[in-house]
Amino acid sequence: MPTKTVINAAGRSVPLEINGQPVVPFKGVGKYKPEGRKYAPPIPTCSDYPDDGNKVVSSLGEALKRCGLKDGMTISTHHHLRDGDLVSNKVFELASQMGIKDLIWFPSASFPCNDPVIKYLDDGTMNRIEGSMNGPLGRYVSEGKMKGTAVLRSHGGRVQAIQDGEVRIDIAVLAAPTADSFGNAKGTSGKSACGVLGYAKADYMYATKVIVVTDNLVDVPCYPMEIEGNYVDYVVVVDKIGIPEKIISGTTQITKSPDRLLIAELTASFLEKSGILHDGVTIQAGAGGTSLAIAVFVHQILKNNGWKSKFGFGGSTKYMVKMLEEGQMGYILDAQVFDLDSVRSIENNPNHIPYPVFNAYNYHSKGNLTSMMDIMILGATEVDLNFNGNVVTHSDGYLLHGIGGWQNCLHARNVILPIPLFRDRIPVIVDEVTTLCGPGELIDVIITERGIAINPLRKDLIESVKGSGLPLKSLKELKDEAEKICGIPQKPQFDDEIVAAIKWVDGTIIDVVRKIKNQ
Amino acid sequence: MKKIVAVAGNSGPKVRSDCEISLELKSAGGIDIDLTSKVNVLYGESIKKLVVEILEVFGIKHASVKIDDSGALPFVIAARMESVVKQLIDTDLEYLPEFLEENNYTSTRDRFRFSRLYLPGNNPGLMINAGLHSADGIILDLEDSVAPEKKDEARILVRNALRQINFMGAERMVRINQGERGLKDLQAIIPNNVNLVLIPKCESREYIIKVENEIAAIKKKFKIDNKIFLMPIIESALGVENSFNIAMGSENVVALAIGLEDYTADLGVTRTFEGTESFYARTRLVVAARAAGIQAIDSVFSDVADMAALGENVKVSKSLGFEGMGCIHPRQIPVIRKGFAPDEAEIEKSKKIVLAFETAQKSGLGVVALGSKMIDPPVVARAQKTIDLAVRLNMLSHDWIDQLPSDEKQAVKE
Repeated sequence: MPTKTVINAAGRSVPLEINGQPVVPFKGVGKYKPEGRKYAPPIPTCSDYPDDGNKVVSSLGEALKRCGLKDGMTISTHHHLRDGDLVSNKVFELASQMGIKDLIWFPSASFPCNDPVIKYLDDGTMNRIEGSMNGPLGRYVSEGKMKGTAVLRSHGGRVQAIQDGEVRIDIAVLAAPTADSFGNAKGTSGKSACGVLGYAKADYMYATKVIVVTDNLVDVPCYPMEIEGNYVDYVVVVDKIGIPEKIISGTTQITKSPDRLLIAELTASFLEKSGILHDGVTIQAGAGGTSLAIAVFVHQILKNNGWKSKFGFGGSTKYMVKMLEEGQMGYILDAQVFDLDSVRSIENNPNHIPYPVFNAYNYHSKGNLTSMMDIMILGATEVDLNFNGNVVTHSDGYLLHGIGGWQNCLHARNVILPIPLFRDRIPVIVDEVTTLCGPGELIDVIITERGIAINPLRKDLIESVKGSGLPLKSLKELKDEAEKICGIPQKPQFDDEIVAAIKWVDGTIIDVVRKIKNQ
Repeated sequence: MKKIVAVAGNSGPKVRSDCEISLELKSAGGIDIDLTSKVNVLYGESIKKLVVEILEVFGIKHASVKIDDSGALPFVIAARMESVVKQLIDTDLEYLPEFLEENNYTSTRDRFRFSRLYLPGNNPGLMINAGLHSADGIILDLEDSVAPEKKDEARILVRNALRQINFMGAERMVRINQGERGLKDLQAIIPNNVNLVLIPKCESREYIIKVENEIAAIKKKFKIDNKIFLMPIIESALGVENSFNIAMGSENVVALAIGLEDYTADLGVTRTFEGTESFYARTRLVVAARAAGIQAIDSVFSDVADMAALGENVKVSKSLGFEGMGCIHPRQIPVIRKGFAPDEAEIEKSKKIVLAFETAQKSGLGVVALGSKMIDPPVVARAQKTIDLAVRLNMLSHDWIDQLPSDEKQAVKE
């Protein structure tokens, strides 16, 4: 069926309708401001719940039945159990057994362990996923096999969609490493401990029904509670909610690749020489191998100069924890933690503070943590000559990643993308990104192993590194250098069919992903 | 025809930037290409076009080609194709990728050879960005890092790498094999602007002369004027005993390197961190090199994770008189460079000595004194050498004397 499309403010052809619902095309950064009141779940009455506070039911299937699970509902889950999650798939397995059809899965992210849901997409239990799709799931979507159209949102965009009523969660199924019978829950202890539960807040506050699933039931009160039992309908106790070694890496490792280390070194050097790394700096870097190496180099620069970062925003790792413990960082704010050192730190160190994305990234929040960050280290699968970034598809057109917090983080003061100039043979700098996820006006510096490109809009940054000896180049020069080595790539071929919509942080459509043409 | 199916290259989950090609010659049916590639969408057509072009060059009209590609660059695919073809047909033809103009630089006898990075000759993934790490030299290794059955394909790959990879000013080196195979290696690499040839397990002056003659013949055939230097690697007791003669084997020998793994094996002793077992060999080699007026280069340090230990190792090496060391990981390069470069205190001391000497020269004094100490000419010469080194390493401005505050000059003059 042909879809009516318009050209949005970023020059992309996007539809006016997704999954039968009207949508707003991207209007520009900070331009779209919905009015009215926030969405709210139905009013519950406490007398409908057990007086003794015991909400435990016999099984997840029983809880889903009591929640009134039916065709077409939206089911949300969080991704704190990462690749060790045993709960999400189970929900759809049970739904499939109950003969339920056309569910919408609304996860905060998906992992390879969720690939089995492909069979529930195939058998009609699930209509679509609105969330991140990695690896095989992304491939499935790109090949046009999913019945509904995927909707990809940033972590903050997910909260925005919940708050303005664009997505109405019928049932939130929230895995909890520790919980009590009233539904209070936390992530820091239990055999499936994951640290914090920062991505579950909007889900439990706004869903019509909330189920907490735990493998570690404790006496009331489970404290400090990150999920408040007053929002919870049912508690389910199972043997195992997750596979511990896949929930938290024992230890995160900095990259061993000499090229990545070179990029990290160059990044640290840029941060220092440009003056954007300074005493009192606020900084956020991811948990990828290159980011970790940057954290190590940054730590050394802070130490050498006797500087201290005011605070850092996680997901934290042992390298950030080290800064906190050795006195080069005042506080860590964290929506998720990545390794055992970070779990230990957030449990014991009062200056390591859980901080949900609900507050940090949300478009409908009264102010935003990311715009308070001085330095933001991010990645990208592609960057184009206008500094536009792509994080969801690869140059071959396949959907392979979620947006995560990437779009939200673009609002930081200095957005730095340390990326290799080419991956295997695939150039990262292109004429035009395959999928637009973030407008170039928000991306400041691209750092590759073969040179640094500063966005011409950032005249101040260009000025700050004059005469620094850093290898400054234009994006065009970097692109030409890559193509001289790799050859000029062909373009992937797409059908007209839209398989996924990419939302901007405000809920407007910034771009779409189209179906890969059959070879 | 030797056989009908040939395989070259590498594949597997850990392989990157390489491909494995198998070729089967057919008597009819044209060219059939079965390509599996992770870059198929972006480069599939250009890969097939390249394969067809290469088969044409070798006059192959009917064949089945199977390619398992993990993002190999065109020069790698070309090398792998040529390798499979040459396993199946006898030919002197070559398929040469373009020689990049920027690879056409020469070297000098006395350039720095602090760090030289070894790259396994059959692993293209490590070669592509090797030039970014600022090693003084890059060694494409055809010897110990290449499995015996892969020697022929590595030779073609290294030849193509010399033509296509920009090593960004690093001295372009190849370590050839021993014996006849080494001479065959020369045929492939010498026409492609090699700056220096490493000769492994060298034990005699005669062998140096043999290699030298072979290179001279190839240079003549290809009308090559550029200097091609030699660095014999001494890796045995006999080599150590003959080291001075080896150093004097040709005017093109610019350095002697020592290989301690093989040397200690030859002696039947264990290689230790302290290196007492190789102390004699190392000092003997340094003396031989000095006597011949060339550089002495130390053995590689094999623990790539321990930078502190490497730093210690470099310190000892420098104190023995070595002027460089091999690297097996790019992260070793800055440690080695820093270790062999003069430190701040050395530079400061040398500046004072040189200033005192200049002052004495100007005022016509025959004797140079610093404070109450007399300074001998060799001390001045060594200080000057340190200053030159510091200037060449950008640790000191070439006009450092002019930049001194006048009172400091004055203080030295007293």
